[in-house]
Amino acid sequence: MTLELNKLMQADRDIITSIIPEKSNVLDLGCGDGGLLAELKKKKGVTGRGVDIDEENLITGIDRGLSVYMGDLDDGLSDYPDKMYDYVILNQTLQVIKKPAKVMREMLRVGKYGIVGFPNFGNWYLRLYLLFTGRLPKSKALPFEWHNTPNIHQLTVLDFKSFCKSENIQIINEYYLIFGKWGNYGFLKPFANLFAITGMFVLEGKNTNKEK
Amino acid sequence: MDRNSVGLVKEQRFTFGSTEDPMVLESGNTLGPIEIVYETYGEPNEDRSNAILVLHALSGDAHAAGYHHPNDKRTGWWDDMIGPGKTFDTNKYWVICSNIICGCKGSTGPGSINPATGEPYGLDFPIVTVGDMVDMQKKLIDHLKIERIYSMIGGSFGGFQVLEWTLRYPEMVGSAMCIASSPTLSAQALAFNAVGRKSITSDPGWKEGNYYGTPGPDQGLAIARMIGHITYLSDLSMDSKFGRRLQSADRFSYDLNSEFAVESYLNYQGKTFTERFDANSYLYISKAMDYFDITRSYGPLNEAFAKVQAKFLLVSYTSDWLFTTEQSKEITRALLYNDKDVSFIEIDSPYGHDAFLIESNQLSKIITPFLDSTYKENA
Repeated sequence: MTLELNKLMQADRDIITSIIPEKSNVLDLGCGDGGLLAELKKKKGVTGRGVDIDEENLITGIDRGLSVYMGDLDDGLSDYPDKMYDYVILNQTLQVIKKPAKVMREMLRVGKYGIVGFPNFGNWYLRLYLLFTGRLPKSKALPFEWHNTPNIHQLTVLDFKSFCKSENIQIINEYYLIFGKWGNYGFLKPFANLFAITGMFVLEGKNTNKEK
Repeated sequence: MDRNSVGLVKEQRFTFGSTEDPMVLESGNTLGPIEIVYETYGEPNEDRSNAILVLHALSGDAHAAGYHHPNDKRTGWWDDMIGPGKTFDTNKYWVICSNIICGCKGSTGPGSINPATGEPYGLDFPIVTVGDMVDMQKKLIDHLKIERIYSMIGGSFGGFQVLEWTLRYPEMVGSAMCIASSPTLSAQALAFNAVGRKSITSDPGWKEGNYYGTPGPDQGLAIARMIGHITYLSDLSMDSKFGRRLQSADRFSYDLNSEFAVESYLNYQGKTFTERFDANSYLYISKAMDYFDITRSYGPLNEAFAKVQAKFLLVSYTSDWLFTTEQSKEITRALLYNDKDVSFIEIDSPYGHDAFLIESNQLSKIITPFLDSTYKENA
């Protein structure tokens, strides 16, 4: 893991920790080694569960005293009842799963709120990279080779917003990582698609049966 | 003697109840007196809060670690996991293992003498359920003055006992590790058990259970064990272990004798089993396995697990087709539904159901942090 990726991950954890209220009940989808959950537990007294597919990651999660579950997110979250969690987190995971729409619908069924974070493919650096090199863009947030990457769905901030609109998903808040700092960037928001390295969206949970 | 072993251990006995004051079982029948054979490793701490209960599977016994005699060739069945500095670290924990009732390894069973007749119980021995077994274990735990068990672990049939403990005595279980187990036996597993029992009861040596003092239904018991062994292995593990190898020739002999390596293996396993296990015990334990059904005893899983208090760890194995991953997930689901503290991992292994005993290293990697994190929190 590179130093840059580590710093990015810590920045992500910091913004998510600031969003989630004290003592919330949280589900982290694609929890990795449980780093985020452990931090939320420590700083915000959160109770949480983590889901991941990697055995080594889960063992580290158990070692942190977390409750972790080996599962494939693409199978859905049928194991969880409606509105069981205050927040369901899907950070840096949307782009690696096979069925992002299904997983998002499920997370908003299971949680009162969802937090989705992903690398923004519309970032100016990536656009220029492709334009000038003719090669698939790579950056600190997207360091992988085209043939060796876990990222199977790339998306931009605008793609995400459009998707939410078509799925009737309410965006409650939006945060962007621009020039190394997370924030709302009220005045830059119209240009977020161009400047944001990562987008983090807080979404309103949905009722089942009625919506898609 | 292995320096990391618990060393020499002694079998201990605990008796409770009597013919006048027997224990009333789930079936309505009674049993008394009841003797439980058990072993302990490590020492209790001041408030006896460091006890770990190890619950053995069908053919296990109380001798989980160490040696009975300095010249013993074999150690306890889980000696690689229990000992100083091992996964169940006897420097920290007080590890207890008891032989289940209706077993044949010391605890009261169909082969024990019935005080009313002076003869072995045989089929007069009442049918015992997992619930009964746990009630009896509780008597031992009370006798050892343990108010709350720090953790417990069981695989397969041992896992049934773990689950029963968490449901029957929720306040007494700190954490529960349920390995390669299920909330009940599938129809397929029931079928295998039935055939195993039939094999024993059709053996003329069984004599309706009154075979003590005679050779007994050795052939039937051996066959039951062979069937069991096949269910504990996987297609892949049998292929890699035996393939189609002939045991001791390179040509077919064109007769009905055992020729293939796998046949020799099964014959050997069957034979050695009859030397150490009682046929009636096998019948009673397999029946107890058949009866175990959380839904039947406690209601639909989502409701049943509402009252548990333990922190859970569930582990299943990819090639285990007898106690499947899906079955472990059923339990996990019910616990998640009730927002309980549960972790679930499926271990990738080619060894089938046997993996829970074979793949110690892999299991240790998961158990050690699970035990430690609770230890750290409580410290």
